[in-house]
Amino acid sequence: MLVPSKSARRAVHLLFFALFVPVFALPLLVIVAASFATGWSGALPSGATLAHYRDIAHGDALDALLTSVLTALAASLTALTAGTWAALAAEKRTRRTRRIIDALFLLPVAVPSVVVGLSLLVAFSRPPLLLNGTPQIVILAHTVLVTAFAYQSVTAALTRLDPAYEQCAAGLGARPVHVLWRVKLPLLLPSLTAAAGLCFALSMGELSATMMIYPPDWLPLPVQIFAATDRGSLFTGAALAVALMATTLLVLLGLSRLRTKASYR
Amino acid sequence: MPRTESGAAGTGTGAAGTEMVAARTESAAARTGTGAAVTAAPPVRAAASPRTRFGTRSRRTGAAALWTLPPIAALGLVFLYPLALVVWQSFTPEDGGHSTAPYTAVFAQASFRAALTNTVLLAAGATVGALLLGLALSLVIAFVPFPGGKVLSRFIDLFLAFPSFLITLALLFLYGTVGMANGLWTDVTGAAHGPLDFLHTPWGVLLAEVTYFTPFVMRPLLAAFSQVDTGQLEAAASLGARPWRIVRTVILPEALPSLAAGGALVLVLGLNEFGIVLFTGAKDVVTLPMLVYTKALLDGDYTGACVVAVVNVALSVALYALYRTAMSRTGGSPARRTGGADRAGA
Repeated sequence: MLVPSKSARRAVHLLFFALFVPVFALPLLVIVAASFATGWSGALPSGATLAHYRDIAHGDALDALLTSVLTALAASLTALTAGTWAALAAEKRTRRTRRIIDALFLLPVAVPSVVVGLSLLVAFSRPPLLLNGTPQIVILAHTVLVTAFAYQSVTAALTRLDPAYEQCAAGLGARPVHVLWRVKLPLLLPSLTAAAGLCFALSMGELSATMMIYPPDWLPLPVQIFAATDRGSLFTGAALAVALMATTLLVLLGLSRLRTKASYR
Repeated sequence: MPRTESGAAGTGTGAAGTEMVAARTESAAARTGTGAAVTAAPPVRAAASPRTRFGTRSRRTGAAALWTLPPIAALGLVFLYPLALVVWQSFTPEDGGHSTAPYTAVFAQASFRAALTNTVLLAAGATVGALLLGLALSLVIAFVPFPGGKVLSRFIDLFLAFPSFLITLALLFLYGTVGMANGLWTDVTGAAHGPLDFLHTPWGVLLAEVTYFTPFVMRPLLAAFSQVDTGQLEAAASLGARPWRIVRTVILPEALPSLAAGGALVLVLGLNEFGIVLFTGAKDVVTLPMLVYTKALLDGDYTGACVVAVVNVALSVALYALYRTAMSRTGGSPARRTGGADRAGA
């Protein structure tokens, strides 16, 4: 509608795809293509193979995938609990207090992830809280990093919530705990699953803070991908990356199905 | 109130990441924005409370305060306290005592000054690049529609679900010394080497950052564009305005807050980006987060790492605070700020 002439419109679309294809479409495609190849010296990859995936099924990579999934699960559940709690509590406070809580909970997003990792290293490397070298410190770092997103999603959902439901329930004599458990949380469920998916995906791909603190016996998948590409095994790295993307997408898909059910209730 | 999360109703038609991504940009929004949605919440609570007798009310405020404490205490223990320790450590030289000596030592290093320049230039470059590319692509998707455009914008959303280092990995296969572009060149010309070898330079990092950050600009822009009244466009066009003039005088003013929000977000993300730089693996592309990593883990110089970390945090947080203040002053009317466009975007 902005460009009335048909030929001009075609030119605009051509330009669009000239920008879009190399910048957005190709990167994901080449990673998938490379994961099935052994070499890439021509225009297309060569030496079709499934060997990289067989290696994943047998080697450390499977452990890394499991490590990543466990870390992401633990971190996103903790973050969701903390974020929801904070958002619900902040909602009851005055506007000024809310702003302070907002600023506090969004601060981890403005702070570089590497620094979050460093700060945990500095703080928890000595007794009484000696976490350095344990899996818990990785989970803790991921939790700190994703809580802001959980908090923000829930806060946004809370402001969209029609207060009438809550008021009705309270007016009919329901106690606050009952209102929270039977009215508010069920209404928030779609947003909560969306926030959980977000936290999970972010934690699955977290590299910066993890590089600072991972112990030798708790290597998440992104660290493995970096180790593979760093020693020059680009094609193994590509296969690992595909495994990472596929797992993330599967979990997101599962959560979105769950959400569909939740919103029909 | 317009919603940007059209999929949030759970129609199940959305691609896997879409709703999640909506949430991410929403959070992203609020991380740079003022949390517009939050501050604009209607103050119905007190008035509508069924029990407004005196005692109940003050007891409730007390209870509410008590409920706020646990999450804040937890955040304090695992985030604020460690961050404070970093600042403390940065003023603690190796030879004991407390002074600003570590700062003078680090500021005197050429590597630190280079990293600071690199970081700022790369973040600024990535912001400009992502804004231009995001604006161009969003304009076409929104106003020169073509079949499949909606699917494409969802595909772009998918990018937000993936970690940034995947882009660098992909660029290695696209423009690396062995890779698609150079392979194509050697196939066609028969030369031994392709012409492209820029991935281990700052340009490689810049390309990866622009690619990765552009969706962060497009998401709010597309939301803002969907709010533009098409009647205005048609009126302008029928009065003889050329497309470029319509973009400049009708569309851009409407989208400016979202553009600013997206740009500020990318600037902060760019200052903090680590994965892309790490995967590039170039010795001469060192940024502040990278310097924190090498100082702490490879050199074992924790005090130096803390100094660099404090500088990096100061930069990012100052930018973020400045942006939040700016948005709360010039963000337009409250009604507008709670609109889907701004919230989804910022």
